[in-house]
Amino acid sequence: MLGIAIFTILLLIIIGLSLFFKALPIMREKNLWVLLTSAQWKPFKGDFGFLPFILSTFYVSLIAIIIALPFSILTSIYLNSYASKSVKKFFEPVIDLLSGIPPIIYGVWGTLTIVPLIANKIAPKFVEFSTGYTVLAGGVVLAVMIIPLLISIMVEVFRSIPKEMIDASLSMGATKWQTVKKVILRKSISGIIAATVLALSRAFGETMAVLMVCGNITQIPHSLFDACYPLPALIANNYGEMLSMPSYESALMFSAFLLFIIVVLFNGISRFTLIQIEKRYQF
Amino acid sequence: MIITSHRLQENENITFPDTKEISPLKKLINSQSIRIENLDVYIENQHILKDVNLIIPEKKITCIIGPSGCGKSTFLKTLNRMHDETPEVKISGKIFVDDENIYDNRVNIIDTRKKMGLLAQRPCPLPMSIFDNVAYGPRIHGMKKKKTINQTVIQYLQYVGLWDEVRDRVRTSATRLSIGQQQRLCLARGLAIEPEYILGDEATSALDPLSTKKIEELFVKLKEKYTIILVTHTLRQAKRIADYIIFMYLGKIIEAGPTEEFFSNPKKQLTREYLSGSFS
Amino acid sequence: MKYLEEKILKIIMICAAVIILAVLLFIISTVFYRGLPALSLDMVTKLPGGGFYLGKEGGVLNAIVGSIYIIVGSLVISIFISVPLVLYINFYLPAKSVFSSVIRFSLDILFGIPSIVYGAFGFSLMIYLGLRASLLGGILAVGMLIMPIMMRSFDEITRLLSRDLPDALLSLGSTKYEMAKVILRQLMPGLVTAILLAIGRGVGDAATVLFTAGYTDNIPSSLNQPAATLPLSIFFQLGSPVEEVQNRAYASAIILTVIILILSFGARYFSSKFSKNKI
Repeated sequence: MLGIAIFTILLLIIIGLSLFFKALPIMREKNLWVLLTSAQWKPFKGDFGFLPFILSTFYVSLIAIIIALPFSILTSIYLNSYASKSVKKFFEPVIDLLSGIPPIIYGVWGTLTIVPLIANKIAPKFVEFSTGYTVLAGGVVLAVMIIPLLISIMVEVFRSIPKEMIDASLSMGATKWQTVKKVILRKSISGIIAATVLALSRAFGETMAVLMVCGNITQIPHSLFDACYPLPALIANNYGEMLSMPSYESALMFSAFLLFIIVVLFNGISRFTLIQIEKRYQF
Repeated sequence: MIITSHRLQENENITFPDTKEISPLKKLINSQSIRIENLDVYIENQHILKDVNLIIPEKKITCIIGPSGCGKSTFLKTLNRMHDETPEVKISGKIFVDDENIYDNRVNIIDTRKKMGLLAQRPCPLPMSIFDNVAYGPRIHGMKKKKTINQTVIQYLQYVGLWDEVRDRVRTSATRLSIGQQQRLCLARGLAIEPEYILGDEATSALDPLSTKKIEELFVKLKEKYTIILVTHTLRQAKRIADYIIFMYLGKIIEAGPTEEFFSNPKKQLTREYLSGSFS
Repeated sequence: MKYLEEKILKIIMICAAVIILAVLLFIISTVFYRGLPALSLDMVTKLPGGGFYLGKEGGVLNAIVGSIYIIVGSLVISIFISVPLVLYINFYLPAKSVFSSVIRFSLDILFGIPSIVYGAFGFSLMIYLGLRASLLGGILAVGMLIMPIMMRSFDEITRLLSRDLPDALLSLGSTKYEMAKVILRQLMPGLVTAILLAIGRGVGDAATVLFTAGYTDNIPSSLNQPAATLPLSIFFQLGSPVEEVQNRAYASAIILTVIILILSFGARYFSSKFSKNKI
């Protein structure tokens, strides 16, 4: 059993190292800084600039979290402090279901509804033409995907607040919302941050659903209605076919390595900040 | 069924009148006291409080005693309508506070709770600084000016004797105080909303003897201004600070009366048994 | 003023909850609306015939069977790894050991690694081992993906089990091994929940199997042959310009959704059973 325990830790290290070594050729060939900040992506000429992909990933995840966070916080507060028992009982399986639906189904739904909606209704109001396969579509689909994750964690977080504390506030004549605002949210801020970080790292890595709706054009998106090309989609679309070109393969592995590093960093940072927050306030 | 008021107790020989006689007594009752009529409480079909009729005298300390599970805490919670937060609880009957039935639909829960300062069993500081804890009540009830808030906070911290102990760290987290200090902080926090009544739910059971003593002294000092109702599990504490005692058993009020009389000359067999310690 | 605030926010919150509900209904109804006309018995019982991707006869049996093979294989691997590990951190290691928190931390990271990274890593591992896209590759990659999922949810449920039970057993003189056996019986419903959750994620994920399992119109007969999977089958059919094929993609999506729904309700059933048995 000790062996298995060590194996789990080793697996993490092995994944990290092997991705690193696979990405090493491209990092030797090009300056790391150039790789990260150049917008030139011409694999056949040997230009590998990851900026469009990094920015795409970033924008799509950002939109997703901006949409998802208020919905999730409001809904989980509602479920925790306001909803009756029967509503809660009804909602739990709904959240479970939403989180169980595979990404590909979200992708299908996105192409069927969100993409035409953006192309025909929303985009014409702002820009001359848009195919609908856009940053916005990716963000919306991704938001719908991470909402159940956020809600299920946040409901847990809110539930862990001692009832005495809420009673203390209510017994002083605070309204429910005052209690939520000043006690519940304050007390659970670290939990909300942790949930957000987890949802963000899920959003960064999500492949299929985003790939199906975001257009996959190598460019730096300038508006919500531009197509974009996130890192996971880049890997999914090209990996496996590009083995004939070692530097291309290495470049794709570099993007996998980037995703890996982002996830590790996010986990590390969120742990660290959580510990710091708890140390500082000890609430 | 027992009913008691401070007027009644003046006449030592009076037998406790039956429930039905409550209405003629209305004239005698001081408008500031709490009057409870035919209160029944059910939690998930369990009958917790059975036909409680009571008058709680003004500006005195009334202690509720009884074995655990007899409904003391449930009773206390009916007074500030905290049961409204749990849908399983059904309440019937009337509770008049300042001649107003607090279970009337027209009465605002928030106002009722503002009138009743509750001190819980375990001190429960809110997740904020010492200062903000005391300022919490005034702020939610609309106090805006920094200066007045400052004054209020200092005033009540001084009142509970905490100011000198914490004056250089009022901006630090309240959870770092000792548990006795926390309870005094909670008292200050409760007082800062300017209630008329103070409810204490075994407010000293988690504290060490020294802190208990401090809290008890505070209660005695507070009864000049407030009507105090305490649930307690220690007879000695009731003896020390109470003016009136209510003895509950299995959701019913068995006996009620002034402290001295209650302990020296209990009228009911059950009370005598409880006081002698044959059950608890 | 504060009552107004209270009312407005309550309305906003209810709106948020209702919108989320509506979106769920919208997703499921969209898929069913588009897919139901194309859904037939042929879809689940036949292999893709010649010209299937041009709108001719056939079904997605290859993908259904492929998905089942892969998930069963990866489950076997991950159960054999997860169960001992979770028991080890919860019962052999002391409650606040540094080692167990290191393991939990690495599990958290493994859990957060995107499936596409597992796919890419699995593929490069396969090249290293000299394998090509095959059933075995798919099993390995999906196994890596679902292992942390299973471990985490099983670990959470195991942690719920009070620490008193082990103490009681130890005081009766049972060895740690015997104790683990008794506890495992207590934990069965929790384990089932964890497994069902893992299956749900494993079956639905396309990015892991994209390179590792490959794609084929046939049912694989050995571990070295490529295997089709439902999510990929949906993806490829959607990519076709022929409308009939696209409709069949939606029908396949229904099949996948129904499988996931059944699993998710199963998980819920078992976890509610678990909470009933809880001490």
